[in-house]
Amino acid sequence: MSEREKPTHPYIPNSSPKVKREMMREIGINRIDELYEDIPERLRFRGEMNLPRPLRSEQELRSHVEKILSKNQTCEENISFLGGGCYKHYVPAICDEIIGRAEFLTAYAGEPYEDHGRFQALFEYQSLMAELLDMDVVNVPTYDWGQSASTSIRMAERITGRGEALISDTISPDRLSIIRNYCSPAMEIKLIGHDRDTGQIDIDDLKSKISRTTACFYFENPSYLGFIEEHGEEISQLLHENGSLVVVGTDPVSLGVIKPPAQYGADIVCGDIQGLGNHLYFGGALAGFIATPDEERFVMEYPSRLFGIAQTNVEGEWGFGDVAYGRTSFSKREKGKEFVGTAAALWAISSAVYLSLMGPKGMRELGETILQRTGYCIKRLKEIEGVAIRFDSFHFKEFVVDFSKTGKRVSEINGFLRGEKIFGGKDLTQEFAELKDCALYCVTETHSKEDIDKLVDAVERALS
Amino acid sequence: MEIKRGSRLRNFHQAKWDEEIIFELSNEGERGILPPETDSDIVESVGGVSSLLPKNMIRQLPPNLPEVGQMRVLKHFLRLSQQNLGADLNIDIGQGTCTIKYNPKINEQIARSQKAAEIHPFQDEDSVQGALQIFHQMDLFFREISGMDRFTLQPSSGSHAIMVMASIVQKYHQVRNQEQRDEVITTIFSHPSDAAAVAVKGYKIITIYPDEDGFPAIEALKKAVSDRTAALFITNPEDIGIFNPRIDEFTRIVHDAGGLCCYDQANANGILGITRAKEAGFDMCFFNLHKTFGAPHGCGGPASGALGVVKQLEQFLPVPIVDYDGKKYFFRFDLPNTIGKVRSFWGVFPVILKSYAWIMSLGSEGLKEVAEIAVLNNNYLLKKITEIDGADSPFKGGKRRIEQVRYTWEKLYEETGVDTHDITCRMCDFGFHLWSSHHPFIVPQPFTIEPTESYSKAELDEYLDGLRHVVEEARKEPELVKSAPHKSVVHKIDESWFDDPEKWAVTWRAYLKKHRLKKKKSCEDK
Repeated sequence: MSEREKPTHPYIPNSSPKVKREMMREIGINRIDELYEDIPERLRFRGEMNLPRPLRSEQELRSHVEKILSKNQTCEENISFLGGGCYKHYVPAICDEIIGRAEFLTAYAGEPYEDHGRFQALFEYQSLMAELLDMDVVNVPTYDWGQSASTSIRMAERITGRGEALISDTISPDRLSIIRNYCSPAMEIKLIGHDRDTGQIDIDDLKSKISRTTACFYFENPSYLGFIEEHGEEISQLLHENGSLVVVGTDPVSLGVIKPPAQYGADIVCGDIQGLGNHLYFGGALAGFIATPDEERFVMEYPSRLFGIAQTNVEGEWGFGDVAYGRTSFSKREKGKEFVGTAAALWAISSAVYLSLMGPKGMRELGETILQRTGYCIKRLKEIEGVAIRFDSFHFKEFVVDFSKTGKRVSEINGFLRGEKIFGGKDLTQEFAELKDCALYCVTETHSKEDIDKLVDAVERALS
Repeated sequence: MEIKRGSRLRNFHQAKWDEEIIFELSNEGERGILPPETDSDIVESVGGVSSLLPKNMIRQLPPNLPEVGQMRVLKHFLRLSQQNLGADLNIDIGQGTCTIKYNPKINEQIARSQKAAEIHPFQDEDSVQGALQIFHQMDLFFREISGMDRFTLQPSSGSHAIMVMASIVQKYHQVRNQEQRDEVITTIFSHPSDAAAVAVKGYKIITIYPDEDGFPAIEALKKAVSDRTAALFITNPEDIGIFNPRIDEFTRIVHDAGGLCCYDQANANGILGITRAKEAGFDMCFFNLHKTFGAPHGCGGPASGALGVVKQLEQFLPVPIVDYDGKKYFFRFDLPNTIGKVRSFWGVFPVILKSYAWIMSLGSEGLKEVAEIAVLNNNYLLKKITEIDGADSPFKGGKRRIEQVRYTWEKLYEETGVDTHDITCRMCDFGFHLWSSHHPFIVPQPFTIEPTESYSKAELDEYLDGLRHVVEEARKEPELVKSAPHKSVVHKIDESWFDDPEKWAVTWRAYLKKHRLKKKKSCEDK
């Protein structure tokens, strides 16, 4: 076999020896290393990076990566009841089609002229979310719900000039950890308790902790534990009387059937759009939204990009651009509001497609079918001896299953379910002291009656 | 102006569909997609919305979303996509600092597979060994690339990684009872987030400006450090493309003062395998996987910032980190002084996966070649652009530039009145994107070009022809340039809509309220 000349890497066209020589000649260098003559020898890395042998052929690369990925077991091969902030909803084919388009996928920060499409798609995302949320301003999304909640709370701090945030203690511990880090050292965080039987916010505890330093109260609805908080209006009134703001985290998927937080007094609403047309991706397709009224005191406190519509100098043409760009860190560095940068725009485009497809009726039907399937699953599980459902409230999509009376650990039950190709609910034992041997189950429109019946049957056998 | 014979310039016109806003396409009763119906058994068993929700929590009016048939929704967004230029279509070298390179299609195909897209973050570790292997391998790769001792892939972007580094700095000083350290030093040519995302953590920011050669002024640094110094946040090469050869002196000065040194390597495209964070004396660094490491930018995310630290700072990293015991990959939450979580779950997996594949295609030698060719391309453009009468590159420090150059149109502006923004608007008439630069404009009439390794010489020459052509137009027909764009998707946008609270509209409903209803009302009043 003859020695093949080392081929030019397909991703690096100018490494072709001929072109390379030509360009070097143009610059006036003889060796490539001369390009680095400004870097002193003591700073040069002369070793070899110990990386695996490259797979320069696309075919080999593909089979290598696919072999690694084949070790994963998916939520398609199994019936998954996992939720807790990352949800398996159906993703319409057109969502993938659109965000796979090279024009969107490989664009970044073009001007509103040659990147008109990106601006319009994200403006439409903001507009569609605004209808779902019944609010007039929505941002280009940030990283995830944790970040959008953190920023919402910091916005409340700046708007009110107060340094304390009250937070409902049924919040996801993950999210609470993110908020604590992001709000420190600027703010104090105090937790508000809940009713042990219903999960509802303990209003007396809230009353006792509201003070003149309260910037806001943050709670989630539906809560992390799946139940619906019913006293939003009363809570909002309490906070507003005190000059504090109400910040609510919500699951936008629920808002075809559940009243949006703005309608019970929320000033800032946040959450994640992963469930609106984005895949699970191991939790990698999250994107956090923030929504507020269209008032200067709110708008000027957003750190995010806000794309606005405008006229051009041609009649009938729409143009777009950044609203109040001067508030951002792009414009003002540390004098801007928090910071802004690359976050999660592509997922927002998918969500825009999703909401356009679903329309008002689709969101209503989706919400209803999730409520019904959730209700059915709860009803069936409750019938199993020893199994209880925690929190006597209404539930959307998620609920806490209490196995403590069964004598089995959640890990044991989930181990059994795995053998049945079922991913059982998330073990809450470590997350909440009062929820030892409890699991957070998630049911969506992707769970058929057969899937739920199969779960119930398997749980029964796991406990027998 | 006519395109000269022999020019590589295209007689371009971008797609222009005059596409409506999605709400304008609504027709009552049309449906885009149908969710599955609930089995009648289930409905009989549990009822409907009214029995499954508390009465006061039921949404009364449906959300005012548009009602549009499936094909029309598809067509709408396809048209919007055609009204956008991605790197796959244009010679995307005009967005300096952002490393717009080729994003291999094979990586997209791999990432779309169910084995990547349909795994849940709370699955048992043994059911996601493939994903965890990717996380672990990437940690090992980045250790090699940077010389740091441990990486987390949890941060969601470069700016996020900066905020996380600032959080680690804070915790480090807290643990050492050095909480009086409330100042962070950065440079004006480091990314705006090196100031802004650090200030979020309560730090006072001290900004160092360049000396006349373009190097950050070391005397200013010496004056800035004190027992209040918490850390240095700096880029190198900075946004202007000049490598600071005294960077190890910078880190030494800050260390001597008791501070930590944090390296913004969002863009490391010119120095892979050439120089590392470790040799320069840094304690932490991060890489943007959507810049240097081949993952697409997606109109502004998803992104990922891989953050590495030296051994003594490992205890502060966000949890969990991923480890391998020779048999299985697993999460570790047992870091004694962890700052906690910074993102839900574990990291932006699809981006991490694409970057993994990108690195695996190149290997050690390939990464170095990426850097070398990126720098070769950049210095080629530097020579050619500074030959254009009207353009220049300020700062004479260093013989070369690394991966990008900050240029100025100052001379052209003084001669013709045509500014960077005008040129930006005219360049898109030929299918090019040209960006100004990050604020503040220390360099007058700035633009920043970063060719990366991805574009062929012929493409670079085409872009140069674009610049030359527009410069010639600026001299011969300045009004043509100033009134651009003419062949893009839309024409000059009325910017007065963006800063006036009476006028701005961030959503369609806000637009209707402010501009349609008001107009209607004022007509009625008359």
